[in-house]
Amino acid sequence: MIEYWNPQIERMPLDELEQIQEERLRHLVDYVYTHSPFYKKRFDEAGVKPEDIKTLDDLQKLPFTYKQDLRDNYPKGMFCVPDTQLVRYHVSSGTTGKPTVVGYTKNDIHEWAKSLGRALTSIGVGRGDVLQVSYGYGLFTGGLGLHYGAEEVGSTVLPISVGNTDKQLELMQDLGTTTLACTPSYFLYMAEEAKDKGIDFQEDTGLKTGIFGAEPWTEEMRKRMEDATGIKAYDVFGTSELSGPLFTECTCQDGIHIWGDQFIVEIIDPETGDALPEGQRGELVITTLTKEALPLIRYRIGDYTILNKQPCECGRTHPRIMRVTGRVDDMLIIRGINVFPGQVESVLMKIPEVGEHFMIHVDRINEMDTMKIQIEMNDEAFSDKVNDIISLEKKVASALKSVLNLSVGVELVEHGTIPRSIGKSKKVIDNRKL
Amino acid sequence: MDEKFIKQISLFAENKPGRLANIASSFKEASVNIRAFTIAEAGDFGIIRMVVDKPEKAHRVLHDAGFTVSETDVLGIQMEDVPGQLATIAEVLGKKGVNIDYAYAFVTKTEKAFLIIRVNDLKTAVETLYEEGIPLLDMSDVQSI
Repeated sequence: MIEYWNPQIERMPLDELEQIQEERLRHLVDYVYTHSPFYKKRFDEAGVKPEDIKTLDDLQKLPFTYKQDLRDNYPKGMFCVPDTQLVRYHVSSGTTGKPTVVGYTKNDIHEWAKSLGRALTSIGVGRGDVLQVSYGYGLFTGGLGLHYGAEEVGSTVLPISVGNTDKQLELMQDLGTTTLACTPSYFLYMAEEAKDKGIDFQEDTGLKTGIFGAEPWTEEMRKRMEDATGIKAYDVFGTSELSGPLFTECTCQDGIHIWGDQFIVEIIDPETGDALPEGQRGELVITTLTKEALPLIRYRIGDYTILNKQPCECGRTHPRIMRVTGRVDDMLIIRGINVFPGQVESVLMKIPEVGEHFMIHVDRINEMDTMKIQIEMNDEAFSDKVNDIISLEKKVASALKSVLNLSVGVELVEHGTIPRSIGKSKKVIDNRKL
Repeated sequence: MDEKFIKQISLFAENKPGRLANIASSFKEASVNIRAFTIAEAGDFGIIRMVVDKPEKAHRVLHDAGFTVSETDVLGIQMEDVPGQLATIAEVLGKKGVNIDYAYAFVTKTEKAFLIIRVNDLKTAVETLYEEGIPLLDMSDVQSI
C-alpha cells in the first residue's frame, strides 16, 4: 500500500505551499477578470483591480461569491471558457431554489480526480480495493466524482449508484467490496437491511472502509457505525458548486485535508464577513486555484467548521478543516436559541438505548416555539416495564436540555416509523408558519 | 427451575389506531394462539404483554413485522377460583421480599384461575411458592389450556 499519492506536494512545507498559492492566486485573479464579465463587474464594483492582489493577505480585498450569484447567472453566466472546451456539466438538485450548473474542462475533471486520488490514498484505498460507489450517479456529483477518484488510484469501481439495497448487499459479498461510498443515512439503512437478512459486515463481507458524506454527521455517529460494523468510517467533503466530493480525512481521522495547491481555505464570521483566526469556528470560504471552466473566488460554502494548519500525524502539511458541525442555513432558531441538528444527533448517539434514526419536529403552538424529537429504541434496550421506557424518555430529554439549553419533548416511536433515506436524509420538520 | 418459567412476549406499540389489528392478524396468519393478554398504556405508547402457545414463533413473526419485541420470563400460578387466593399469594411473596412488578389474571374453562406475574426475584419466588404448595404452570400447561 502506498502512503502518499503525491508525496512531494502532500508533504511540502507550508511556506512553500503558500508561495504556490500566492502565484496561482495572482494568475487566477487576472484570469477571471479577463474571462468572466461577472467577475470583472464584481471586482470593479468593489474597487479592486487584479494588480492590487499581490500576496495571500490581499485575498481579503476580493469580494465574496455566493450561491445566489450562480443562480442569478443561470445557467452559464459565470463560466470562463467557451462551450467547446466543456467536457461535462453537473447540475444541483435545486431543492432550495434554482439549480446551479457547474461546467468542467478536461483539466477540471483531471484536477478533481487528482484531489480524490490523494484523499483515497490517505485512507489506504488504492489498487486492489473494490470501491462500491453508492452515491447517486448522473447530474449529482457524488457518484461520478468518487468514480473518477477511485480509477485515478487504480481501485476497481463498482458503479452501482444509490438504491436497490438487496443488490448492493449481494454484490458487496460476491465481488468483495472493500470500500463503500454513500451517505451516512444510506449506510445505516444498508446495515439495518443486512442485519435483517442475517448478513454480518465483519463476518460475511470484506468491507473495511466507508466514505460517508453529502450530509452532516457527527463523531458520535462515527463511533456507532464503526462499532456496529467493524469498518473505518471517513468523512468526505465537497460541494456541487466546487465540483463535488473533493477531500476526505486521512487515517488519523482528525480533520479533512484541503489540498492547498488547488484551493485556498478561509474561515470567516458569517455575520461580519471578517476573517477568523485559526482554531475559531466560523463559515467556510473557499477559493479555487486550478479550475478553468468555473473558478470561484471566496465562495461562501455555508458550512460551519474550524481551520487547522497544525502538522498532521500522517505527514501531510495541507491545512485541515475540522468536522463540519452544520450549515449556516440548517440552523434552527427555537425561542431565540440556536440549534443545529448535528447537536441533537451527537447527544442522541451517546445514549446507547437510542437507535440511529431520529426526527426533529418544530411547531409554533400558542405563539410559542416547541421542539419535539422522535426517537426509536434499540431492540436490545427494550424493557417491558412502562417505567423503564418513561425514564428513557426523561433521560433523553434531560441530556438534550443540558446541551441545547432548551426543553425538548421526546417521543418514543415504533421501530421503522422514522423514514429511512437512501440519499440525503431529512432530519427536521419545521411546521412553523413564519 | 427454568422449566417453571413461562415465556411472555412483550412488545412496544404506539398508541394509535390499527396497531392491535396488525399484531392480531400477524398471529392469525402464523396460527399463534393467545392464552393471556394485557396492554399497559402510558400516553403515547403502550406495552403489550401476552402469553401464547408458540412464543418463539410469535417472537419471530412480530420481529419480522417490524415490532420491537422481547421475551420475558414470568411465572404462571394456578389458583382456585375462590376469594382470598390472590391475597395468599401476594402475602407469601411479600414476606420473602419478592416484589411483583406487574400481574394479570384470567379464568379458564376448568374453573381454575391463572395469575401471571413478573417478579424481581424469580428464584426466590419459585422456591417460596413451592414451599407453600402453590402450583405453578409451565409452558406445556400454557399450550394445553
